[in-house]
Amino acid sequence: MPMFLTDEQVMLADTARPFLADTAPVAHRRALRDADDERGYAPDLWRRFAEMGFTGIVADEADGGLGLGHVEAGIVLEEIGRNLTPSPFLSTAVGAVTALKGASEPLRRRHLPAILAGESIAAIAIDEAARHRPHHVGLRAERSGNGFRLSGTKRFVPFGHVADLLIVAARTSGAPDDVDGITLFAVPGDAATASPRRLADASLAARLDFADVQVDGDAVIGEVDGGRGPLDALLTVLRTGAASEMLGLANGAADMTMAYLRDRKQFGQAIGSFQVLQHRAAHLYCELEVARAAVLKAQQLLDQGAEAADRAATVAKGMVGFASLLAVQEGVQMHGGIGMTDEYDIGFYMKRQRVLAELYGDSDFHADRLARLSGY
Amino acid sequence: MSDDLTAFRAETRAWLEAHCPAEMREPVRSDKDVCWGGRKARFSSAAQKQWLDIMGARGWTVPDWPARYGGGGLSPDQAKIVRQEMADLGCRTPLHSFGISMLGPALLRYGTEEQKLEHLPRIARGEIRWCQGYSEPNAGSDLASLATRAEDMGDHFLVNGQKVWTSYADQADWIFCLVRTDPTNKHRGISFLLFDMDSPGVSTRPILLISGYSPFCETFFDNVKVPKDQLVGEINRGWDVAKYLLGHEREMISGMGTQGGAISLSKIALANLGAEADGRLADPILRARIAQFDLRAEAFRAMSERFLDELKAGKAHPAQPSMMKYTGTELNKQRYELAMAAGGSAALEWDSDESRQGAAARAWLRTKANSIEGGTSEIQLNIIAKRILALPGA
Repeated sequence: MPMFLTDEQVMLADTARPFLADTAPVAHRRALRDADDERGYAPDLWRRFAEMGFTGIVADEADGGLGLGHVEAGIVLEEIGRNLTPSPFLSTAVGAVTALKGASEPLRRRHLPAILAGESIAAIAIDEAARHRPHHVGLRAERSGNGFRLSGTKRFVPFGHVADLLIVAARTSGAPDDVDGITLFAVPGDAATASPRRLADASLAARLDFADVQVDGDAVIGEVDGGRGPLDALLTVLRTGAASEMLGLANGAADMTMAYLRDRKQFGQAIGSFQVLQHRAAHLYCELEVARAAVLKAQQLLDQGAEAADRAATVAKGMVGFASLLAVQEGVQMHGGIGMTDEYDIGFYMKRQRVLAELYGDSDFHADRLARLSGY
Repeated sequence: MSDDLTAFRAETRAWLEAHCPAEMREPVRSDKDVCWGGRKARFSSAAQKQWLDIMGARGWTVPDWPARYGGGGLSPDQAKIVRQEMADLGCRTPLHSFGISMLGPALLRYGTEEQKLEHLPRIARGEIRWCQGYSEPNAGSDLASLATRAEDMGDHFLVNGQKVWTSYADQADWIFCLVRTDPTNKHRGISFLLFDMDSPGVSTRPILLISGYSPFCETFFDNVKVPKDQLVGEINRGWDVAKYLLGHEREMISGMGTQGGAISLSKIALANLGAEADGRLADPILRARIAQFDLRAEAFRAMSERFLDELKAGKAHPAQPSMMKYTGTELNKQRYELAMAAGGSAALEWDSDESRQGAAARAWLRTKANSIEGGTSEIQLNIIAKRILALPGA
């Protein structure tokens, strides 16, 4: 598979780009923030995602989806990132849909149609501590009757307070850091008590408390105690998706900055004519190109079902973390004083970058993970 | 992937397994293991010559060149499969050649049919080794200010002047050379000539570098006669050929960032520092630096694959080789700084047998030229700012 988009994928990008730019530009995010919106997304927009077919991009055709892949999902995510669109697309149409692929037919039928129709959104509940440590699973799921009782706390769950469906990594046996004994559950959104926290980028992420909550036995995705593999597969997809969104964010910030370099005049000339800024801009361009390649590699390997996708997702999330950080830092600095104002959008990019960097592991996490995968 | 390509991959792999000598599947350990071919070729083993001959005969030193010019006549997809299978089996590159990486593409684009038929098959088979006459003492980053003169003498050009940083000029058979044919016009007064380094009036002097090696020469031309039919492209339009060729040179140099298979930083570090009980490298800060480097290096490998795919499909920005050259060479310099840190005092030895005559230290010093040769990093950034980002006044 050559490392560029196919004609069909280019067509999807040509559809997604104006759609997101017209319906959900940065002003949309700003408006939700200024209105103290408590949902964290616009349900109208989410229904339009469904009308466009975006909600079913990675869902199998047999389940009513489009049966496309992560390159296509990444195309939509990139535009979400470029416009800083608040959207449950990653957690729902990518994360939950992927997790449900390993679920029983009844479980898929219970959740997928509403997701595809844009009537339901999902949240992914993995992390329990301030830093991403996905294999540390302390939330207990004890057998009880023909189901399980869940008790424990999840943190940093985007859309966790408004989700209809929660994908939860729980411990059915062993100690919190054991490899075995993890089980994935698909439970109703009201199973947990959610405390939404507004983050620096005005998005909402919930803390979810499960207080001895009874869930059905058929809420289990895959095998009881055998959730480590499905959890890792889900993480690979989420990391690749978050990397795609960050790539769009980084390019959005860079485009805005390049435009400013061409327009802004000081000393009687465009500041973009100064070599000191040109070289920094050119260096940023190089970083973004490398990040794009790393992200596309991970997407393509996922779509090929290759084992190497796991490692490639770590490279992609780590690399795009470096590149997007540079993009927002240079963005604010090169805008000068107005880059510090709330009125200009570039600061929104900086804040959103920090949140997406943290989600599913930042560059430090992934460098460490790559070292472990490489045997050092 | 189509069935045809799947079958081609299987055939390719079987052919490589049958024909690549076992020795040629060992990692390259020193410069001696690198085959450059040419009239003065010194093969380090019979296997090295055998591998060159067999790949040259099949046209697989240049798998995607047309077969009538000595190439393999393969499609971009097939050529990629050959490269992938060679990498996968650890097959060494049979022939390193400026003829392949630089002159060939320029001749394919700008050469006459006679020039292509004369030179390309000899490049493909490794019979003629080429060097590049570009830089001069007063024409470095400002290459177009070059002053080596070629006077039109009716039936030939008379070349006088001096080149510098001519890689392996003392071992090369022919030179592709930028000369001034019109002193009144800077860019449109340059022509692109080919001539034999054995021509009367050509002399070379190796330059001793900080690595202790002399891969570069000063090259002098004293009334060198060059037949008129050895001009490539139009008279005074050699700058177009030169720039096109530079794109390919930058592509080649950028490839250095992906040649990580040759050295594994973590292996060097583990050998010198050992590991903690859980397998982590014992020095946490060096481990973090190597991990961040490896992450970037793997991302750049994906970039190299993407760039080649885009290039073959005609989708790459014409200035994208500058991006590859800048990023690849800066990465390679970092790689060798880390290799020195990982190697510690053992990596400092200059001439002991254990250090293979200072291989680590000399390789480290060699990489410092990566971001200078073929256009400095700063020149690449200028080109990106101007041609890709369209920044004003650049």
